[in-house]
Parts: sequence; structure tokens; C-alpha cells
Amino acid sequence: MTEHEAGRPAVARAKDKSPWNWLLFVPIVIPLITPLFNRDEPRLFGFPTFYWLQLAFILIGVGTTTLVYQMTKKRR
Amino acid sequence: MGDHVTEIVVFTLLFLLVSGMGFVAARWRAPSDMAHLDEWGLGGRSFGGWITWFLVGGDLYTAYTFVAVPALLFGAGAAGFFAVPYTIIIYPLVFLVLVRLWSVSHRHGFVTPADFVRSRFQSPTLALLIAITGIVATMPYIALQLVGIEAVLKTMGVTGESTIARHLPIIIAFAILAAYTYQSGLRAPALIAFVKDTLIYIVIIVAVLYLPYKLGGWGDIFAAADAKFDASPSPNDGVLLNANNQIQYMTLALGSALALFLYPHSITGVLASRNRDVIKRNMSALPAYSLLLGLIALLGYMAIAAGVKPLPNAAGTGADSNTVVPLLFDQQFPGWFAGIAFAAIGIGALVPAAIMSIAAANLFTRNIYKEYLRKDASPAQEANVSKIASLVVKVGAVACIVFLDPQFSIDLQLIGGVIILQTLPSVALGIYTRWFHRGGLIAGWAAGMLVGFLMLYQIPNAATGRAHFGGSAFPFSKFGFEGSTKTIYVGLVAVVVNLLVAVLVTLALRAGKVADGGDGTEPDDYFADEGDPRVKPIPLARTPEDDEVAEDEAAEGRRTA
Repeated sequence: MTEHEAGRPAVARAKDKSPWNWLLFVPIVIPLITPLFNRDEPRLFGFPTFYWLQLAFILIGVGTTTLVYQMTKKRR
Repeated sequence: MGDHVTEIVVFTLLFLLVSGMGFVAARWRAPSDMAHLDEWGLGGRSFGGWITWFLVGGDLYTAYTFVAVPALLFGAGAAGFFAVPYTIIIYPLVFLVLVRLWSVSHRHGFVTPADFVRSRFQSPTLALLIAITGIVATMPYIALQLVGIEAVLKTMGVTGESTIARHLPIIIAFAILAAYTYQSGLRAPALIAFVKDTLIYIVIIVAVLYLPYKLGGWGDIFAAADAKFDASPSPNDGVLLNANNQIQYMTLALGSALALFLYPHSITGVLASRNRDVIKRNMSALPAYSLLLGLIALLGYMAIAAGVKPLPNAAGTGADSNTVVPLLFDQQFPGWFAGIAFAAIGIGALVPAAIMSIAAANLFTRNIYKEYLRKDASPAQEANVSKIASLVVKVGAVACIVFLDPQFSIDLQLIGGVIILQTLPSVALGIYTRWFHRGGLIAGWAAGMLVGFLMLYQIPNAATGRAHFGGSAFPFSKFGFEGSTKTIYVGLVAVVVNLLVAVLVTLALRAGKVADGGDGTEPDDYFADEGDPRVKPIPLARTPEDDEVAEDEAAEGRRTA
């Protein structure tokens, strides 16, 4: 990689280097922490926490990818 | 109880409709020249947001998933729900990795992940290993789609005494699938995915509203599941996880997500998109399928509450738990609606099976045929070889199911997930860094494969009485933790070993000044987007593997950038 970097304009690299990308690790890590959701109470519509909270994590995933996309997309 | 004749009629009609669409698909968004691998194998790299959503959704959430995940909940409870975190974390991963892979592939005309590795590490050997790993991991996955169809056929009573009679319907189904995939390429599954997913969404929305109402509400459904697991002698089932299976749950969800986006068919779906924005927007829209999958998973508990008893397996040695969801529909829905539900599962098997066979065929064509057998193959010849290879792959998948115990395919798919993970350092990390020495990556791959196989070989399955390849949960006690009852997912352990070996061997080779290949890609190739001035129009034959051309292009890239 290094031999090609010499003489390359640095501008082109900037687009995906956004610090916003680090946010994407939130929906990667949270759904894996079982102590967060491995419980029965409180229930929601009869669903134990284990089930409704993990389904709710889908919203965290959607929210994060949407936010990162909006913050990093090219201004036209 | 549903009426089997109505079910079969509805199922057959929908199946025929979809088959017709598969053949017409060749003319859908037709290119001027279909005789090019980019057209046949990647749909012209032109799919927009909606098509990508249906295509990738139809690709990742297969018929087998829809049948096997609820079967897991039916059998073991909470542990089977790993499918939900698994399909949440995959999208940020795709966002981070595959968007960059799309760019570099768009820029250089790569069709497969092995094409990328070939250029990035200048190593045909490493590329060959990646290609073979991909093909071997994909084959049993295709065979499993047939298991999904068979579960439905069995429930409708379509069975026979002899081997051939029992398998005739799926042989016919796959012959039709093979014919329209041959003709239309990736356009066929893309078009059919619209029907498949619409049917699946309708069926599941009706099921999750109507069935709880009929079965006494969600509270009663969970109570029935709880009662079943309390009564069972197994220590690891239950509506919640216990102290033993939490590490397994985490590592299986993470490992499965890492494996899923490395599978050649996922990459094929992503590379067929038109631009980076289409992929990024889809990462926000595709989780709709994860919600769907979570609800489908809970059908397993509904089946418990409804008192479903799974049909016996083909070998007659136990129950075939894959039949619980079809049986639940058969019991609870009128015949015509059960027929629609069965068609959704059946068609749901065709979309991923088509994409998988295309992905495997592309790997063969680009990284084996063109690399080793015929270096000067034209794009038209590539497309032709790929079409024929896709037929061979499907015949192989059918043969696996007809002549071997289906359990064999399930075992192979389990191994497939572990081995495809071993391409992570070369493909996923390779997207971000060229630090690894190509020799280090090859050594890491070999070490990961070896460790994965040895661990899987040592896992027994008490339920089926098998001594080897009984699952992917490796007991800690075998690492030397005496008395521990915890387990961990084999794939993740194997890929950690793979990474360690790759790092150590890279350091050793650098210290020994062993020559490493160059890098055929440029740092800003990873951000190239639609309309990049350096991308030549598709119909021109390109050979990015050719070092001379790659250098010319690099020079040209410098001028235009």
C-alpha cells in the first residue's frame, strides 16, 4: 500500500475516513452483550425482555446506519 | 386442518407463475450484449435501491433460514434466537467493509472476492484458496435450500416410496430453476425476489397477528414454551439463556454475521448494485427482514403452543424438526392460505439457490478457468463457462440431497460457515490493509481450516447419538477447563487462530526479507463511485489481473485523479 501512497492526492482518501464510521460499532457490540437482555421482566405485550429488547435493537441498527449515511454522504 | 389438494394447487400455480417470470427476466432491463459476465453474473452492475433490497433480502434470508430457525426455537428455545442479533450486526459490518469492496471492484471490474484478493496481494495461489473455499462453502448451502422445499412437500403429503419418486418434485423444480438461471443470469432471481418477498411478508404479517389471537395471546405462547422446556431433561434449553450458553450465543451471532457477508452469494448481491449510495441506504432498509426473521423465529413457540408434532425424518430414526413451521400452517390456516405460505417457502428457496449457483459459477470461471485453464478467455467465453458451471453446481446440489442423507448437507453447511470465516483476513481485512504478507495469509488460512475441522470433529451430538460433527458449540472442558459446562462457537476460535498465525508468519517473512507481491489497487480505488472517470464502459474486455495493464491503468489513474 505504501509504495502507491507517494504522490497520491490526499483529498480522495478523506471521504470514508469520517469519524462518524466509529458509531457503527455501537450496533455491532450492543446486540452481543447477553447480560443486557437475558431476563424475563419487564414484559411487553406478553414478550419477555429477552425477545422484545433484541427486536428493539433492530431500531438501533437502523438509526445508526441512517445517521452515518446522512453524515458521510457526498455533498452534491 | 388444511386440505392438501387446495394447498398443492395453489403452490403449483404460484410456482409456475414464478418460473415464467424467470424466463422473461432475460428481457428485463435487457443489455445490448448479454454475452458478458458482468451482465449474466452481476445484472450489469446496475441495480437500484428497490431491486437491491429485494435481491439481497431474498439472498440472505433463505428458505432454509425460514424453516430451520423456528425449528431451533422449537427444539432448544432462546439459543435459537441468535439469528436476530446475527442479522442486526451484519449491516454495520457490510457498511464498513463491502461498500469499499464494491468501489474497488467497480473500479477494476472484479466479479468475485477472489478477484480482489488476486489483485490486492498479487497472489494467484491465495486467490485460488479463496475461490475453492467459497465454492465448497456454497455447495451445501444450495443443497439446504432443497431441504426447505422438501419440508413443505412432505407436509403436503407429496412423498413416494422409492428414492426417485420421493425426490421427483424437487428434481423438476431444480431443472426449471437451472434452465432460467442459465438463460437470464442474476436478473432471474432479482425479478423473482419481488414475488417471493411479497408473499413472505403477507404470510408472516397474517401469522403473527392471527395465530397469537387463536392460540390465546403471546403470554400463553411463551408459557407453553416455558412448560415444554421445564419438562425436558436437556440442561441447555429454555425461554432464556443460562450460564452455559451465553458465550456460545455471542460468539455464534458474531461469527455467523462475519461468515454471512463473506459468502460469495452475499458479495454477488452487493456488487450488482448501481452505486455506493444504493448499498448504504439499503443497510438502513434491510433490517426490516431482521424483524421479519425474529417474528418467524417465534413461530417455533407458536408451534409448541399449538401442540405440533414434527413428522418423522427420512431415515426413520427420529423427528424432522424442519417440518414444524409447515405443519403449523397446515393445522392453523385454511388450505388456500397454507398453499400461499408453502409457495412462499418454496419460491424462497429458488432465489438464494439461483444467486448461490451464480456466485459459485463466477468463482470457478474467474479464478480457476481463466486463471489456470484459459488465460485469454473473452468476456463472452467467460459468460458461457459461468452458465455451464451454474448448471453443474445445481446438479451437484440435487445429487447431494437425492443420494446422500440430508443430514450430510446440514453437517457440510455447518462446516461451510466455519471455513468461509477463514477468508476474513484476506478479504475483509484486506479491504482495509495491505499489511499482511501473502504467505502469512496462506499460512493463517491453513491453520484456521485445520483448527476448525479438528474442533468440529470432536463435537458429539447427544440428541442424534453421533460422535462427530454434531454441532458448532465446542465445550470449554476440551480446552482443559475441567468441569466447565460452557461452550463457544468453533468458527470464531478458528478465525482467531488464523489471524494469530497470519500475523506471526507475516512478521517472520518480513524479518527473513521474503518477497511479497505488490498491490494492484490504489488507496482511492476504495472510494470510487458510479461515474468514476477511470472506469471503462463494460463491453470493453478488461484484464485487470494482467500486471502490465494494471500498471498502465494505475498510471492513467494518476493522470485523471
